[in-house]
Amino acid sequence: MATNSNLKENFLKGIVRENPVFVLLLGLCPTLGVTSSAFNGLGMGVATVFVLVMSNLVVSLIKNLIPDKVRIPAFIVIIASFVTVVQLLMEAYTPALYDQLGLFIPLIVVNCIVLGRAEAFASRNSVVSSLIDGLGMGIGFTMALTLLGAIRELLGSLSIFGFQLIEGDGMLVFILAPGAFITLGFLIALMNWLKNRSATTK
Amino acid sequence: MSEGLLTVSPSPHIHTDLTVPQIMRGVIIAMIPALLFSVYNFGLGAVYVTLLAILFCVVIEYAIARYLLKRPASIYDGSAIITGMLLAFNVPSNLPWHIILIGSAVAIGIGKMSFGGLGNNPFNPALVGRVFLLLSFPVEMTSWPTAGATWSLDGVTGATPLGILKDGLRAGDSVPDIMNQMPSYTDFFFGLQGGSLGEMSAFAILLGLMYMLYRKIITWHIPVSMLATILLMTGIFWLLDPTRFANPLFHLLTGGIMLGAVFMATDYVTSPFTHRGMLVFGVGIGVLTVVIRLFGSYPEGVSFAILIMNAFVPLINSYTKQPRYGSKSQRHKAYQEKLEKEVKATP
Amino acid sequence: MAKVKSTFGSLIITLAAITFVGSLSLGFVFDWTQEPIAKAQMAKQLKAIEAVLDGYDNNPVAEKFKVATPNGKDSLEFFPATRNGKRIGTAVKTKSAKGYSGDIWLMVGFNEAGDVLRIQVLEHKETPGLGSKMSQPNFLNQFFGKNPGKNNLKVKKDGGEVDAITGATISSRAFSEAVQLAYDTFQSVNHGNE
Repeated sequence: MATNSNLKENFLKGIVRENPVFVLLLGLCPTLGVTSSAFNGLGMGVATVFVLVMSNLVVSLIKNLIPDKVRIPAFIVIIASFVTVVQLLMEAYTPALYDQLGLFIPLIVVNCIVLGRAEAFASRNSVVSSLIDGLGMGIGFTMALTLLGAIRELLGSLSIFGFQLIEGDGMLVFILAPGAFITLGFLIALMNWLKNRSATTK
Repeated sequence: MSEGLLTVSPSPHIHTDLTVPQIMRGVIIAMIPALLFSVYNFGLGAVYVTLLAILFCVVIEYAIARYLLKRPASIYDGSAIITGMLLAFNVPSNLPWHIILIGSAVAIGIGKMSFGGLGNNPFNPALVGRVFLLLSFPVEMTSWPTAGATWSLDGVTGATPLGILKDGLRAGDSVPDIMNQMPSYTDFFFGLQGGSLGEMSAFAILLGLMYMLYRKIITWHIPVSMLATILLMTGIFWLLDPTRFANPLFHLLTGGIMLGAVFMATDYVTSPFTHRGMLVFGVGIGVLTVVIRLFGSYPEGVSFAILIMNAFVPLINSYTKQPRYGSKSQRHKAYQEKLEKEVKATP
Repeated sequence: MAKVKSTFGSLIITLAAITFVGSLSLGFVFDWTQEPIAKAQMAKQLKAIEAVLDGYDNNPVAEKFKVATPNGKDSLEFFPATRNGKRIGTAVKTKSAKGYSGDIWLMVGFNEAGDVLRIQVLEHKETPGLGSKMSQPNFLNQFFGKNPGKNNLKVKKDGGEVDAITGATISSRAFSEAVQLAYDTFQSVNHGNE
């Protein structure tokens, strides 16, 4: 059985060392597509956390019942079901966010992180560690999306979480697609720089 | 840069008497007629924008090289000056200083230094800055002062001929009607039209082209293939339906085609090595420009076309590689066989 | 528990079981969320109507009806607003396909005289920073209190009295066109009543 420190490490790896966006570069479609504001990034992140945790849970529960040859279609059906659940729930209870995220919610199905964690982790590990793994990865993803969204919103519309800091227009390119790529590039560069620096000071 | 080490780079190794600073000086001289024309057209605004852009580019490049990359400053080769001038050539003459600063920072910081400085950048830095500004500040970047009327810093603004054309077509007017509101072709040729600083006068840019050809700074391949493609394509569309498509002469003389063909597409670092590759490159830019102009939502497409083709340069280079001298000769084969034997013989 | 082997039978049974459980639970969630979704959609429309009309006491969404545009090619949704059973205004959901990219959807509130009370932008795909400024007050306010029958609500470039958004003449033009369409359709109904 996993010890406490193992669980903690398992949880933290998704946030820093194996951050899905900044390190693994998985799930870039929603990362680049929806992060035009901090709130959108957060909303997308939370939706993904739900799908990730639930699919990890179910996959780890029934991993022995699924024959190897059909594991990918089986995982996808499980993931797609949860995504549809999220979509319906969001449409019902957070209609404003649903309008904003629109097309990108169904696209959680093809988010590589979700399938990736199901395949690489949940199908080989216990229920508890799969849950923790999904939660850690999901929170890492959410943090990355929120950070990216916050920076883009700040530079692009001079506001943060919808709160206007300065009147006027920002650099519009940051709320368009090219701004997503540029911001992500600089964030990854920054992460690597920080990592190298901490490696040399150790 | 790396004293005591030999520089190893892939072929072709072309030798020329011109050094990098000499080439850069030549390009700057070639740009002077166009600069003078824009000063004549826009007055102080043109001087102000150009000087600011050059200053910002040089200072930013120095700062990045010195303090961020911690290596000798690379500003003395003059390339930052050219980037600054080209950036200024691609913006309206009434651009506020903070936007010029952002454009210079993007051109040098993202377009050039983040790839490792001069020689490593896949995209033309000035165009990276320009497109960034166009997407970021669409209002400021598309309010061009009217030519000839502005001797102060804030004057009347108006659309470019291409903008008028696109707007008119969207409103359902036919091309001949729209053309009636336009200046004459001689005005286009000598630069009496609205637009960015350096794209005013085809005449002034052609003077610069002739100077650069004379000094052998560039060859004819890129400008000629690009202009010929645009002439041919717009010509075909014009013949098909003259009410919906403007004539080729109009397309050649308006917007940034001349500026792009002569000064932007011919940038050494971001264009192919071989003459054959240059022709492919020029044709590609021509086709993309025409497609964007005629069918895209932006009135002008030269910047986008050049940036897109910049991305294809490595591919073009690998398909148009010059054959190695004597590569198929018996001597070469014999040498290869001998080499192989030696490799096999080594334990 | 031992891993299930990949035999033909086990493949079919597993997939069938998973899809069955998946669709069953989805059906359940769909049933459960259907009502809240309908409510949320109605709330959205009510909010848009509230933004363009005042002082009504009915539910305009429940009484909505469709009216064909004067050229007969399309139809617009009308949301009648009444107070004590007497009609005091109408919200018209109108659109223009002439935007810079995609359709522009507006909710225009008219009083019975055909004056524009307020306008709410429902949906658009215009360029951020240019056409998107159509939802800002200094553009919208130009339309409030005007009557498209008396005022020429075209942009100045086309001889009207509306200041177009800087750099977005096309979006402004489409906006004006949508308002005009709403008015023309609205008038055709009003005349029909008289």
